[in-house]
Amino acid sequence: MSEIYKLTLCQIIEKIKSKEISCEEVTKSFVDRAVKSKKLNCYIENTFDQALTKSKDQDKKLESDKKLFGAPIAVKDLFCTKGVQTTASSKMLEGFKPEYESTVTSKIWNEGANLLGKLNCDEYAMGSSNETSHFGNVINPYKNNKDLVPGGSSGGSASAVAAYLTSATVGTDTGGSIRQPASFTGTVGLKPTYGRCSRWGIVAFASSLDQAGPMTKDVKDSALLLEVIAGHDNKDSTSAQNKVEPFSQNLKKDIKGLKIGIPKEYKIDGISKEILNLWEKGVEVLKSLGCEVKEISLPHTKYALPTYYIIAPAEASSNLARYDGVRYGFRAEGKDLIEMYENTRSLGFGDEVKRRILIGTYVLSSGYYDAYYLKAQKVRRLIKNDFDEAFKKVDTILTPTTPSSAFAIGENIDDPIAMYLNDVLTVPANLAGLPAISIPAGYDQNNLPLGLQLIGKPFDEQTVLNNAFAIEQSINFNSNFKDWWM
Amino acid sequence: MSITKDTVKKISKLSRIASNEKFEENMIKDLNSILKFVEQLNEVKIENIEPLASTVDQELIKRDDKVNLMNGKKDILSNSPADNENFYVVPKVIE
Amino acid sequence: MSEKQFDYYLKGEKGEYEVIIGLEVHAQVSSEAKLFSSSATKFGSEPNSQVSLVDAAMPGMLPVINKFCIEQAIKTGLGLNAKINSFSKFDRKNYFYADLPQGYQISQFKHPIVGEGKVILDMPYGTKEVGIERLHLEQDAGKSMHDQDPNNSFVDLNRSGIALMEIVSKPDLRSPSEVGEYIKKLRSIMRYLNTCDGNMEQGSLRADVNVSVRKKGSKEFGTRCEIKNVNSIKFMQQAIDFEARRQIEVIEDGKSIDQETRLFDTKKQETRSMRSKEDAHDYRYFPDPDLLPLQLEESYIENLKKDLPELPDQKKQRLISEFKLSSYEASVIISDQAVSSYYEEVAKNSDYKLAATWLMGELFATLNKEGKEISQSPVSAKNLAKMINLIKDGTISGKIAKTVFEEMVKQDADPGKIVEEKGLKQTSDPKEIEKIIDKILSSNQDKVEQYKSGKDKLFGFFVGQVMKEMKGKGNPGMINDILKNKLK
Repeated sequence: MSEIYKLTLCQIIEKIKSKEISCEEVTKSFVDRAVKSKKLNCYIENTFDQALTKSKDQDKKLESDKKLFGAPIAVKDLFCTKGVQTTASSKMLEGFKPEYESTVTSKIWNEGANLLGKLNCDEYAMGSSNETSHFGNVINPYKNNKDLVPGGSSGGSASAVAAYLTSATVGTDTGGSIRQPASFTGTVGLKPTYGRCSRWGIVAFASSLDQAGPMTKDVKDSALLLEVIAGHDNKDSTSAQNKVEPFSQNLKKDIKGLKIGIPKEYKIDGISKEILNLWEKGVEVLKSLGCEVKEISLPHTKYALPTYYIIAPAEASSNLARYDGVRYGFRAEGKDLIEMYENTRSLGFGDEVKRRILIGTYVLSSGYYDAYYLKAQKVRRLIKNDFDEAFKKVDTILTPTTPSSAFAIGENIDDPIAMYLNDVLTVPANLAGLPAISIPAGYDQNNLPLGLQLIGKPFDEQTVLNNAFAIEQSINFNSNFKDWWM
Repeated sequence: MSITKDTVKKISKLSRIASNEKFEENMIKDLNSILKFVEQLNEVKIENIEPLASTVDQELIKRDDKVNLMNGKKDILSNSPADNENFYVVPKVIE
Repeated sequence: MSEKQFDYYLKGEKGEYEVIIGLEVHAQVSSEAKLFSSSATKFGSEPNSQVSLVDAAMPGMLPVINKFCIEQAIKTGLGLNAKINSFSKFDRKNYFYADLPQGYQISQFKHPIVGEGKVILDMPYGTKEVGIERLHLEQDAGKSMHDQDPNNSFVDLNRSGIALMEIVSKPDLRSPSEVGEYIKKLRSIMRYLNTCDGNMEQGSLRADVNVSVRKKGSKEFGTRCEIKNVNSIKFMQQAIDFEARRQIEVIEDGKSIDQETRLFDTKKQETRSMRSKEDAHDYRYFPDPDLLPLQLEESYIENLKKDLPELPDQKKQRLISEFKLSSYEASVIISDQAVSSYYEEVAKNSDYKLAATWLMGELFATLNKEGKEISQSPVSAKNLAKMINLIKDGTISGKIAKTVFEEMVKQDADPGKIVEEKGLKQTSDPKEIEKIIDKILSSNQDKVEQYKSGKDKLFGFFVGQVMKEMKGKGNPGMINDILKNKLK
């Protein structure tokens, strides 16, 4: 079978189980393509050989009860993988081989999938363009004369799914790191409710915001992958005890009567006309599906991004203190302990990471805590209250995912604020801990994909998925890039 | 509020990140623009609002008082840049 | 005892000074596993052999709290008569050190698990109440060693993550001896509760000591200095005395005290400034986003309260009323739970007054001499009780009992048997005693005359002679009575 790599995750597993294709064929198909796609720089580390060996073994004994049997899956390099280098795209962790496996990836392997490799991302997941990686920037398979960024921080993951270099992947989303790159690459990205998926074994960026989630070709794949990776973990004190439903089985496109909110505050300054039109198109689709669409207000939307840029760096400044050159990772020389620390952290971290550590240190420091950190936590409460109010009236909220389509490499690199503005529409869901999905909904005039975002009530991923599935089926988005890099 | 060279020096020291002239100059510019951006929050009325530290609304998970040492010394020391006789080794600490 | 007055005032050139002391005691929680991980807490293991991925702060590792440590902190709080907070939170205290793997310590800053309480001390000048400000849970750090190598320090993380209770007193202490009594009292309460073994040599109990001085009679506090991490009562007392005198000298020189952290040099017996700790520490406390607030049900706290064992103060009151002990005797006996159990066993099976006398006299002296704890006592409570009963029923005299006791120390045998074997039984047959008295009196006629003509002192001579004749085994009461009759 040609172009196995173009099949969705669900299709691949179905065909393996019906013995239409073998596990080895599937793995080989992705490996061959990944090998020819080095230019996109998606993979930091590959485990192609191990995956091929495992797939051969799997062909000897089909385990049809396993939900991901035979699927080759590469993961964002923020997930610790036992015996396989895990770097968070930082020089600081170059060569680091964990002696443990993250809960989320363990669950994936337990369902019969095989690790294909570790995918590039922004350093410590800090960035919106994958340009802060120590291992170089990732290139978007969509091109507009110039090479474009795939978004970030899960940029390697998004490009890899879009360019068919993995059957699916998991990313992490702290302020939009799954959804924004999904939007930039014409793929589906789901950030679950905070606490849905265990954070154990994921390199921490901002603990109260970080959440792992699926990045896939379509909504059904995301539903399947979510039902695998979700669930309570007693090794993570913030992990939710809510029941995990069989999201993929429950998936339905009949969403008649669903109430959908359109937040007026998301029509921010500088958002492109094309994106507003796409949003309008989304509204029309929902109406045609029998949904009740109404305007709602989320009054503190404007303050979400400033709030985020206090809370996330504050937590990061503390989470990244463990990278000190003592027990693992990079160490620079120093005549005494303090000098060793300072040199290690100065040479081991990139500029964006240092910026965030310094801002985080500043907003927590004595005399500034109340003015910045405490205030941000209070505004965070107001932002959550806005959503609580809105969800009394509606079931989901529809917005664009990003204020623009993918931009050229280097375009925003010198202006941190311009870069941060990429996350303006995705950050509120992180602050409120809500599930949110980005699905591809169309193209702009340069033939670049654009995404729509659906935000749901806490732990109501099923409604979000159903809603996204219905839109997906109506819009019928098809990726249309050429394999220009091969 | 604005960040001066001394502030950058101080927070670099607290963060254990080596600082120099060029680094400080770049950071002053970037950090001040970030600070100006986040200071939009000064417009928000926050009287009587409880801070929100986590969106998780459940009881704190607790473990039993049982020893379950899954990790041997190998797991702990295998990635270490320098060790000796099962100790981590660091440049001399000057008290 | 209350005739004595408090008298710890230090003399300077310009007057007398009062010393103000507050303590931050770090007590290691007795538990099998660490506060946020499942590795062991055993003392003295091979380096880095009790370290989990969490303790070594590997990337992506998360803390999960040990519920027994919470229970231990609450019990200790109840033992300190303190308010248990139904809502408390864990914060991160951020600083870099080689033996602090996370780059922060998880502690409780704004909302500790235990609030205000108090401890009562028995001082020679009466009872003294010391206020407790708070008790909170936190992680211990690992251990850095600096002597093995000229250029490097060695780090062992076995202790990293062990649960500590930090018990903060109010600045209510006024002398080294009060500090000594305070530490002993805390230790005794925690030992009764089994919440901390109080072993200072192993570092299970150590303290930061805050010291300031002020002119006697003044109401304002002076600037304080914090002496870090002192690990014996003796050192605490020496450090306080040195530090207070140093501060007085500084003040009398017309200079002012810098608020600073100091270190006690046990060899030179002096405190000195820890300059390295001074470079603008800013701990940047904030709520740990990896943990949720700790909320405690009223009923849970009530149940722990109900199951609390008898504590030193309660036991003291009971011993006083049940066994008619003096306040002093009771406080000595209750200071160690094992001693008090020993006492109660002896007292219940013999005579409670004699039990106290023998315990605090002969037995303590023996233990002291042999450097033993009560748990290693060569004389069991059962045998000591038997021995006291032999005194009571007249089988042996108090004097003979000392001989018997010495035998018991050598071999913890039944005192009855010792008396039998060594023929130490007391003679209480009046006829036999009378016979010997008659013999002594007749061979000392001259002394009898002198006695009768008013030389009363000679009575002792007669008693001595009779005792000597009876090889010390005569019943002293009877000898007295019969002798008095004969000499009328």
